Amino acid sequence: MNAVSLDDRRLQAIMTSLDTEPLPAASTPPTAARPRPTPWLQTERGQAFTAALGRWFRAAIPPAFGLGLFVLVWQLISVSSSEPGLPGPAKTWAAAQALFADPFYDNGPNDQGIGWNILHSLARVGTGFGLAALVGIPLGFMIGRFAFLSGMVAPIISLLRPVSPLAWLPIGLYVFKETEPASIWVIFISSIWPIILNTAAGVTRVPKDYLNVARVLALSEWKVFTRILFPAVLPYLMTGIRLSIGVAWLVIVAAEMLTGGSGLGFWVWDEWNNLNVEHILIAIFIVGFTGLLLEQGLLWLAKRFEYA
Amino acid sequence: MHPYLHIEKASMVFDTKKGRFHALRDINLKVEQGEFIALIGHSGCGKSTLLNLVAGLIEPTSGVLLLNEREIRGPGPDRAMVFQNHSLLPWMTCYGNVYLAVERVFGAKETRKQLKARTEAALELVHLTHAMHKYPHEISGGMKQRVGIARALAMQPKLLLMDEPFGALDALTRASLQDELMRIVQETRATTLMVTHDVDEAVLLADRIVMMTNGPAATIGEVLNVDLPRPRDRLALAEDRHYHHLRHEVLEFLYQKQLRKAA
Ligand SMILES: Nc1ncnc2c1ncn2[C@@H]1O[C@H](COP(=O)(O)OP(=O)(O)OP(=O)(O)O)[C@@H](O)[C@H]1O
Ligand SMILES: [Mg+2]
Repeated sequence: MNAVSLDDRRLQAIMTSLDTEPLPAASTPPTAARPRPTPWLQTERGQAFTAALGRWFRAAIPPAFGLGLFVLVWQLISVSSSEPGLPGPAKTWAAAQALFADPFYDNGPNDQGIGWNILHSLARVGTGFGLAALVGIPLGFMIGRFAFLSGMVAPIISLLRPVSPLAWLPIGLYVFKETEPASIWVIFISSIWPIILNTAAGVTRVPKDYLNVARVLALSEWKVFTRILFPAVLPYLMTGIRLSIGVAWLVIVAAEMLTGGSGLGFWVWDEWNNLNVEHILIAIFIVGFTGLLLEQGLLWLAKRFEYA
Repeated sequence: MHPYLHIEKASMVFDTKKGRFHALRDINLKVEQGEFIALIGHSGCGKSTLLNLVAGLIEPTSGVLLLNEREIRGPGPDRAMVFQNHSLLPWMTCYGNVYLAVERVFGAKETRKQLKARTEAALELVHLTHAMHKYPHEISGGMKQRVGIARALAMQPKLLLMDEPFGALDALTRASLQDELMRIVQETRATTLMVTHDVDEAVLLADRIVMMTNGPAATIGEVLNVDLPRPRDRLALAEDRHYHHLRHEVLEFLYQKQLRKAA
């Protein structure tokens, strides 16, 4: 800790000294008699700025090292693998630039830009997850509130939840006879469990004190729900939503590989058939990066709903 | 004339994981309308449990509790409760917490403006106008307790149940709120049951002090009549011989007859 604070001070000294050095005599106007204003970096805001900058650098250095190491290892693997080897970072980067130069072209159903494929996958996740939320949230509340219902559905949930999401695909294809609703069905069924379970757990964990307030006031069921249950459960619900979208994003790529047509999963499979390994690598990065964005966005949203 | 609150042979046994726990036994108490009862006893003897019984939050294992000759069958806004742990809803501001109660009690008859005025008045009573729009996690423990008091008082309950309402307050705030409480209770003629650990507070505020024996299976040990004239003034009482005598009685009960076994 000591070293860090020393660094900080040194950094500050360097940054401020630049500003406090006497100005060249020639440029000093005749009215220089009045005191110079404090250099901005020495003002309170300036110092806060340098401190923030230092903190930012300290936070950014370890991840930068990690990523650098990752690229290095990747390069080593690609160099040492026999022909045709794994494409290296530079080659992949070049391919990515070409790919993202025109992300939204459309040459018929099986040849669309990468942008379209991402959007298709996101749309399926959104629809499937939306339906899951629509069913799962009310169900979760009811399961949490009524012990009988909880006892009723508990065995069903514990039986169905461990089933691999893709096992549901044939059922979807059989029932809907089409790939689009079938893949949405897979998203729905695999993302509904975290929503139900987290909502129900949240409801059963609402502190008794809050419910006692509701009881002393003899609030109506509706008021109990809107003023007490819902806000108390919201943090749990947000966790459920986050897990569920995470699962949905994991599953969609696999589902699209099987259903084909459009989407990131389809694209990966298509590029595999073309033996375009750069594009497969790029797809992996896109999937990871989009997942990261979704996760961070939801975390940010969840923070806004936190009280206390 | 029937007593307003009538507790007869009430006892409370909790079913816990480690078996049955006999908390209260054979509680008999009659409270007249407008009376101020202080409940005093060592920690864990069952004061909160007794208050919860009257509030209707729990049901006695045996015996009956009658309010206005009707059996207490559940909680209701005619019995406002100041919880020992304040129990504010953390997602609402202080104003929101009080407003929720005000709206429930007066919402059917009054305009929004009136409800707002009631809420603000209640918060002003506990000197919290400045912190009205803060959230519970932004205020101190004593302030939270005061919001809880404001919430209960704003409901203008017939029966006011208070579980150590001034426990977390500093001496000055405590004294000022005690004075306010005496004034309000005298004005509204609300019947009050108040749990306290503070002997001075009990003697200053109460008409009768109900002293409880130690648990388990606690019951009412003695009831002390506080026959000091009202309005009471804390400064005058400090030199009153009868006041000191009453105070001594309570202390004697607590520290000689019911001295807590070294636990
Ligand atoms: N829901 C419950 N389940 C089991 N035991 C309980 C329950 N509520 C209270 N008790 C027990 O009953 C006894 C009385 O508890 P209570 O909270 O009424 O005490 P108290 O007099 O209010 O104490 P304090 O002054 O510390 O607040 C305690 O031994 C407690 O452990
Ligand atoms: Mg208690």
